[in-house]
Amino acid sequence: MDLFAGEYCLLCNAEVGHETSWTSVFLRSSRTQVCAVCQNKLKLLEGELCQRCGRVLEPGYREGRVCYDCLRWENDPEWQGLLSFNASIYHYNNFLKEVIARFKYRGDYALAMAFSAQLREKTLGAEADLLVPVPLSEERLYERGFNQSEALISAAGGEPVNLLSRVHGEKQSKKTRADRIHLPQVFQIIPDMVESIQGKRIVLVDDIYTTGSTLRHAAKMLRAHGAESVCSVTLAR
Amino acid sequence: MRFALVDEKLVPKPLLTTGHPTYPISQINSSCTPQCNSAFDFNPELQTYLSGRQLLLDELPFPFAEIQEHYENGYLVYRQGILLKGKSCKCARCGTTEARWFSVFPCARCGENCLYCRQCLMMGRVSSCSALVSWTGPEPKAATVKQHLLNWNGTLSHGQAAASAKTVAAISQSSELLVWAVCGAGKTEVLFKGIEHSLQQGGRVCIATPRTDVVLELTPRLKAAFPRTTVASLYGGSEDRHLHAPLTIATTHQLLRFYQAFHTVIVDEVDAFPFSVDKTLQHAVQQARRPGSALVYLTATPNRKWQRECLQGKRAYVTIPARYHRHPLPVPKFAWCGNWEKKVLRNTLPQNVLSWIKHRLNAGKQTLLFAPKIASMEKILPILRKLHPSIESVHAEDPDRKGKVTKMRNREIPLLLTTTILERGVTFPNIDVGVLGAEDVIFTESALVQIAGRAGRSASFPAGEVVFFHYGKTEAMVRARSQIMRMNREGARKGLLD
Ligand SMILES: [Zn+2]
Ligand SMILES: [Zn+2]
Ligand SMILES: [Zn+2]
Ligand SMILES: [Zn+2]
Repeated sequence: MDLFAGEYCLLCNAEVGHETSWTSVFLRSSRTQVCAVCQNKLKLLEGELCQRCGRVLEPGYREGRVCYDCLRWENDPEWQGLLSFNASIYHYNNFLKEVIARFKYRGDYALAMAFSAQLREKTLGAEADLLVPVPLSEERLYERGFNQSEALISAAGGEPVNLLSRVHGEKQSKKTRADRIHLPQVFQIIPDMVESIQGKRIVLVDDIYTTGSTLRHAAKMLRAHGAESVCSVTLAR
Repeated sequence: MRFALVDEKLVPKPLLTTGHPTYPISQINSSCTPQCNSAFDFNPELQTYLSGRQLLLDELPFPFAEIQEHYENGYLVYRQGILLKGKSCKCARCGTTEARWFSVFPCARCGENCLYCRQCLMMGRVSSCSALVSWTGPEPKAATVKQHLLNWNGTLSHGQAAASAKTVAAISQSSELLVWAVCGAGKTEVLFKGIEHSLQQGGRVCIATPRTDVVLELTPRLKAAFPRTTVASLYGGSEDRHLHAPLTIATTHQLLRFYQAFHTVIVDEVDAFPFSVDKTLQHAVQQARRPGSALVYLTATPNRKWQRECLQGKRAYVTIPARYHRHPLPVPKFAWCGNWEKKVLRNTLPQNVLSWIKHRLNAGKQTLLFAPKIASMEKILPILRKLHPSIESVHAEDPDRKGKVTKMRNREIPLLLTTTILERGVTFPNIDVGVLGAEDVIFTESALVQIAGRAGRSASFPAGEVVFFHYGKTEAMVRARSQIMRMNREGARKGLLD
């Protein structure tokens, strides 16, 4: 069924007339429909970016080509080198905030397709063996109906491989207090998948990179189980 | 959510104790609604929450088992959220059948590729495994109906009184009526008697309007007119969401959560809808009204189709052709102004437009100047500011819209340049109105009638000038003018003008 045969913008639903050009011929051929007005409201992360986390580098908050946040992570022996790098596509501005809220919380799955070309480019650029989604708890997954990370991987034309699951509250509380403080493990490896990790180059995909701590927790588990490298791609930063 | 069909009854998968096969609800054809068991001890909280509504299971803060128990005892029904019929589909909540509004996602709730509606998504996603839940048990007991007394001491004009009588008749006969009242006729007061009548019969009344502004403006007026009646005021994010009230004032969007609820539905400003939205509105109204209920439409300018139906006697209607202050409506003048866009590009305006504006500025007469596009407004404003530095402009996304309207009211702005955003609702007592580029498609017949209706509103200043500056006369302009002239003739004939 060709559900999006019509010429309407995925993000604002406005009819896109022939005089308003699509953003590019390439986008059109991949059937991604974003009008010029919406495309203008999306701001690509451009200029000099942090080599580690992909943010735009600001004077006074950098050392060489790395930002202070990343320096702190990399100076901590516990987290050093776990996440090779993060690549993000857009600034997390108010417009994208609204789009992501509609996508994730209202459950408008189709919106992922608006970013299909950019996601494909970034995930291919990461040269990975596996595209891995960040898991949701069962309650969250039921509530939303789908996992936004998986939706983004599918929109990129990839095949999401679920390696991780969320640690349940009970399981976490069984740990000793010291464990919880020093190793607040939120993820675990899905037992059946342990063997698929060995020697693999893994890309974690998520909607937003905020502090980078969720992605690093996931990377830690994957590396501990033999992943060769772990990097991440997010829609917004 | 997946359901099984056990003894003709739907059982949601989490509550299923047998091995029956389960399906998304849209794949189950069951017309069976369990018989109402009068011995069942139902939950009155669920009753008030759900009565007259259609809500998604996620919107109900009650345990699943309790909801199912009410279903099995015949107190509520599960309806399919998406209706599949061969290759076509329909959203049962917003009624759309347009393919562009539907999309598919791999659904964690039913484990299948689920079809969902993007048109009404912001009210909670309806997909092919969603059930819409409605109450079928007894209605909540209404408070004694005698309390719903109208407390209003104003007087109606002759035109209003005639329309009020027709409205009461339509409501008592549960029929349909279109009230065609010119801008400034005072249409809200026309409804009071009819609302009182319906409430006193124990009926539930809903006034629906497309704009939140209007809900906010009407609520205090109706609360004052019916001081002993509970009034629910519903718009996106309002707190009355779950209030079961005899009198509800809602945006038309909020109507989508109602199901067979109202004995009387009044739809205000039907003309404010673009044609494409009209179908959704009609669906929402049909869902929210009870079978055999009264339906009253209010408008200052019905669309062509409705005008034709009125004149051919196919639609019951009543007009209020004159304003409350008994002066005729200002009739718009047409003034050709050549290729004004080209002039704007050269940082000037057509000569006749400039001199018209200068004349108002010199005379100290406040003016509203409409222009078709935000883009051209941005170029026009600096040109106008050379004539007077306090001139302002306003558009839909202007964060300071309210502030500028207040300044205009306080006479701190001599001329306000605006998009069609100020075509309705806002009134200033003593202004002239100009439209630059009246030939633009955005200026439809009804938009132009509304715009012309901004002038001459106050009894102290009943005459205002309205000029349509154009680069080629359009049918919409001609029709708008003849509609206004027809109303003035009718007002004179009926003795409603001095
Ligand atoms: Zn758009
Ligand atoms: Zn960084
Ligand atoms: Zn819908
Ligand atoms: Zn589903």
